[in-house]
Amino acid sequence: MTYIDPHIHMVSRTTDDYERMALAGCVAITEPAFWAGFDRSSPQGFYDYFRQLTDTEPKRAAQYGINHHCWLCINSKEAEDVGFAREVISIIPEFLDHPTVLGIGEIGLNKNSKNELVILEEQLALAEKHDRLVLVHTPHLEDKLKGTLLIMEAVENTSISPDRVLIDHVEEHTVGVVLSRGFWAGMTLYPNSKCTPQRAADIIETHGTERLWINSAGDWGPSDPLAVPKCRLELANRGHSTDTINTISFENPLNFLSKSGRFSIHS
Amino acid sequence: MSSKPTCPMSHEEAVDRYFLEHRAKVLDIAAFLDRLDRCDSVQTDYRVDALRKCVEVLLEKNSARTEKILVILSDQSKKPLEAATEQGASGAPNPT
Repeated sequence: MTYIDPHIHMVSRTTDDYERMALAGCVAITEPAFWAGFDRSSPQGFYDYFRQLTDTEPKRAAQYGINHHCWLCINSKEAEDVGFAREVISIIPEFLDHPTVLGIGEIGLNKNSKNELVILEEQLALAEKHDRLVLVHTPHLEDKLKGTLLIMEAVENTSISPDRVLIDHVEEHTVGVVLSRGFWAGMTLYPNSKCTPQRAADIIETHGTERLWINSAGDWGPSDPLAVPKCRLELANRGHSTDTINTISFENPLNFLSKSGRFSIHS
Repeated sequence: MSSKPTCPMSHEEAVDRYFLEHRAKVLDIAAFLDRLDRCDSVQTDYRVDALRKCVEVLLEKNSARTEKILVILSDQSKKPLEAATEQGASGAPNPT
């Protein structure tokens, strides 16, 4: 069976990872713009990053038969300086017509500050203006619950339909409210934070599979680019049907990403 | 598919599959608390206090322990911060 990893940061991974993912059945990925582990010193650093996401990574992925799409934004960790963030936002429209850019993401909140919220709202306005999908990063650890609620409220203050917004990194205390308000929800499979494959399987057993997907969010920190197939194995070992496994790791990402009008599993 | 499947495994199968993994995890928590007792001075820390509250939840008889623990470990204030003075998170709400 094939799968889609709809959230992974391949700029931080080796080419060997592309090969291992392809061997495990990965046919397509999407890569949101994110924090590089350090604050960039100029908007030009983002310009080069957006070139990497739109030009370099699709070619690297294609060598292993994996179709690559991306999302563009300034992440919430670098959004506290509003002037700087606005300069980065001004660059994004130049890239939005690139055929592999699906939308704005991963935008959201980090420490739930007023400035982060301002920049979130301005990037939601950008998505609204260009009629693009939105991929949302929710905060880490103790900040997740509050941030998730603030983010949903910000989206609901726009004309963007919740079914065009994926709220990522949900856990047991946020998945219910995200789904009940009509959003899509992503479970990120991390070894030490967010969800393990076992807990993701528990959430599927509790909440079902509608508007829910799994992703590795593999990056430069503790993470696993094969987390999606490992979660599929966990579900299979528990006795879940092929239909359930395929829905959560292929059909649901395909259905949401196809709303962009640009996503395909074939290059 | 939008139905809500329950865990297809029997209770015995689930225990067989997961018991040793979680036996090790509960020992890790015990060893961590023992380690703190051996440190050079007795201190309180909001993160450890939160962890102790979480451990109490484990003994409750309900099926939403994970959610309840995550709420204990969450900042439950409602208003945005005036400013983000740091980028990281500590894992439990700091009462100060």
